[in-house]
Amino acid sequence: MQPKTSPEVGGMGHSMKRKEDPRFIRGKGNYVDDISLPGMLWMDIVRSPFAHAKIKSINVEKALKIPGVLAVITGETLAKYNLHWMPTLMSDTQMVLPTEKVMYQAQEVAAVIATSRYTAADGVDAVEVDYEPLPVVVDPFKALQPGAPVLRTDKKDKKDNRIFHWETGDKSGTEKAFAEADVTVKQDLYIPRIHVASIETCGCVADFDRVNGKLTVYMTTQAPHAIRTVFALVAGHVGLSEERIRIISPDIGGGFGGKVPVYPGYVIAVAASVVIGKPVKWIEDRMENLQADSFARDYHITAELAAKKDGTITALRMKTIADHGYTDAAANPSKFPAGLFSICTGSYDVKKAFVEVDGVYTNKPPGGIAYRCSFRVTEAVHAIERITDVLAQQLKMDPAQLRMKNFIPKEKFPYQSALGWEYDSGDYGRALQLAMDKIGYQALRKEQAEKRARGELMGIGISSFTEILGAGPSKHFDILGIKMFDSCELRVHPTGKAIARFGTKSQGQGHETTYAQIIAEELGIPASAVQVEEGDTDTAPYGLGTYASRSTPTAGAAGAIAARKVREKARKIAAHLLEVSEADLVWETGKFSVRGAPQRSKTIQECAFAAYTNNPPGMEPGLEAVDYYDPPNLTFPFGSYICVVDIDRGTGMVRIRRFVAVDDCGNIINPMIVDGQIHGGLTMGMAPALLEEISYDENGNIQGGSFMDYLVPTSMESPAWETEKTVTPSPHHPLGAKGVGESATVGAPPAIANAVVDALAHLGVKHIDIPITPERVWRILKEKGVAE
Amino acid sequence: MATHDIKLTVNGTAHEAQVESRLLLVHLLRDQLRLTGTHIGCDTTHCGACTVLLDGQPVKSCTVLAVQADGRQVSTVEGLEKDGKLHPLQEGFWEKHGLQCGYCTPGMLMTTCALLSRNKNPSEAEIREAISGNLCRCTGYVNIVKAVQYAAEKSR
Repeated sequence: MQPKTSPEVGGMGHSMKRKEDPRFIRGKGNYVDDISLPGMLWMDIVRSPFAHAKIKSINVEKALKIPGVLAVITGETLAKYNLHWMPTLMSDTQMVLPTEKVMYQAQEVAAVIATSRYTAADGVDAVEVDYEPLPVVVDPFKALQPGAPVLRTDKKDKKDNRIFHWETGDKSGTEKAFAEADVTVKQDLYIPRIHVASIETCGCVADFDRVNGKLTVYMTTQAPHAIRTVFALVAGHVGLSEERIRIISPDIGGGFGGKVPVYPGYVIAVAASVVIGKPVKWIEDRMENLQADSFARDYHITAELAAKKDGTITALRMKTIADHGYTDAAANPSKFPAGLFSICTGSYDVKKAFVEVDGVYTNKPPGGIAYRCSFRVTEAVHAIERITDVLAQQLKMDPAQLRMKNFIPKEKFPYQSALGWEYDSGDYGRALQLAMDKIGYQALRKEQAEKRARGELMGIGISSFTEILGAGPSKHFDILGIKMFDSCELRVHPTGKAIARFGTKSQGQGHETTYAQIIAEELGIPASAVQVEEGDTDTAPYGLGTYASRSTPTAGAAGAIAARKVREKARKIAAHLLEVSEADLVWETGKFSVRGAPQRSKTIQECAFAAYTNNPPGMEPGLEAVDYYDPPNLTFPFGSYICVVDIDRGTGMVRIRRFVAVDDCGNIINPMIVDGQIHGGLTMGMAPALLEEISYDENGNIQGGSFMDYLVPTSMESPAWETEKTVTPSPHHPLGAKGVGESATVGAPPAIANAVVDALAHLGVKHIDIPITPERVWRILKEKGVAE
Repeated sequence: MATHDIKLTVNGTAHEAQVESRLLLVHLLRDQLRLTGTHIGCDTTHCGACTVLLDGQPVKSCTVLAVQADGRQVSTVEGLEKDGKLHPLQEGFWEKHGLQCGYCTPGMLMTTCALLSRNKNPSEAEIREAISGNLCRCTGYVNIVKAVQYAAEKSR
């Protein structure tokens, strides 16, 4: 797409260098741990070594004797204020600090407040807790068996460990389609528990000003406004009122969904600051981050497809056991306990579908956050893309050909899916064809056949995914009742420069640049002259924050609409200045000119000046607008990825030789930033496919709770990703954009898994669970007798 | 806890400090000297966000005691820009979109600064190996490699 604006204006389509970078490359970013306030105290947390245990006693005497340790906060302390429990985003309840028992290893047990970082840690070491271990439930299937220990003894009426049962689709119609099918396939898949592991961990500085009664919290949060409201609702009874709570989300060192929840540490730090009257800083370390913060995934899925002999898919059925840990603290819209998992019919025209998910309590940390995806979309995409390959193998069809045969045809958009979504736009065949052309698909198949004949293991994997993102619309989507819109407040100054504030919060996405480009596109004010601000609840308009790829679909749209409102006012001013009627004015980026007399014109800057100096009679001065954008539908970005792997028969090591990613995210604001998002997303897609997993032993001990064992991809494992685009604009988004931050994380894992299975398919391998570690592959090679 | 009087030079400026034996260099830099450009991302010397140069060698300052820096030269990200002119690496990271959230960036800059001082013309494989102790969760490393290549080119 050719940009409509000049590079100097820097509207949509320009790879503008980022406006936020000058501070980051100089080490002048301002992250939470960089904030230091006068008189600030430090907090550190005592954590449980047991996954399930009764707390018999907590002895704080030795800790309090350490010079510089000022207080130790326990569940009993918080219980006095009724703050020892808090609600989760899914209307479950979560302990801030326990009074009776702990429910997972690394759970918060007490907090030490001290005068320095090191002294607080000394205090933690000196707190003595006497535990009585209780039976541990780790396996969600065992948790559902009759006679399993009931974990949530705090809930009087709870007699089992089931959190919810959720289902959607046409159950009987799907059963009938399966009964009548020529071919059916069924596959169990486990999508393991993983952690976002943003390089900055979580933390806050809570600062309660006793004189004004105002609480300011500098916090690693992706959703500052929602957090403010949650704090007001949770702590209203102890006098925290929403107008006296200010949440500031400064520079954030990566979020990926991990900085959406309210963690106990934040709440304890706030309580400590309120009680002591001094600022309190809490910064978790990496092990606390990996062991206690919200996890992602942990879905045990049974996927089934029914098809005709020619490969036409007729029905889909999925049953899932979702391990939520000890409480349902998933970060989903409230009415969606399994998120948007019902996107699992994927890119295919599947007529009948039925899906059910059961949420289960276990003795593991709570969560159910995204890991860079829109509410359980990765789980859904992995299941459909994997089972599609299982079907291809069963039918002895080429997986590309099977996909092409079943794609929703482009003329069928907007498309109603069997599970109730209206896909906005798509051209799936074009994306897959481009990926095949770019990678040289047929030649690779030929090479594979030759290599197989020589005993070498090479595989080609495809993933043709459809995403669903940009929540609202608010009639369906809310978080604790707060509707999922987003917002922009735009002010144009007299000299024609502007400030735009948004309800979202960048964690590396580059909003300061891309939002400015949106304003530039709509008004012709250079993006370099548009200051973008987010993350301070005292100044920014209310919004639900940045996660689930929703910023461009919601706040980006609000920015465009706010700019258009400004333009309409500017049009009235231009008509006044040029002494013509509004209808006689023509807008081209940056100026209004008189129809038929283009030499008579007024720039947006001249209109802005007049708005403050020479406004038309009867018109209020100033040039600004606010928009709260409630999207009419979600957006559905898509793409086709092809991965080529080589497998070492000696070690089982999988090497990604090439990976071509064709993405379609609609119209593009900044191509450089989009490519950067895709590179990062692909790497975070490769991570769970090949490297990352958090697992537990039978006693609930975490395996992989530090970067020693939790293998975040380095530059050595990450290939040189190849990216391509097709552009199919969203018909309902004001800019035709769709959002892109998470597409690659969603689309990449099945492409890699399919490639590995493809490399081993001739040995009778139909499926391998992720992460596909060298050990896992080597065991298969050994079993099949081909290990070297 | 025993304390020690140490003298060190940070980005060309001499500092004296009284430090506990156990104080980590990264905390001396961040909490006492208020040079907060050097970040902390893990406890096990894996992530590299805290990388600084100690007498020109890249070290992870979360695994160096402050007393070990006594009498030595420390360089941090704050010292890269000279006389208002960005270091070629800083320029490269900006030009080639080698950063997103910016948290790993100071460590990446210091590691690659050491790389370019010993190898003026590193290959892609050499760049990838040099930064293999620095984790980035946002970029997928592709543009970091390009940023370093840009800086190498520019420095020649």
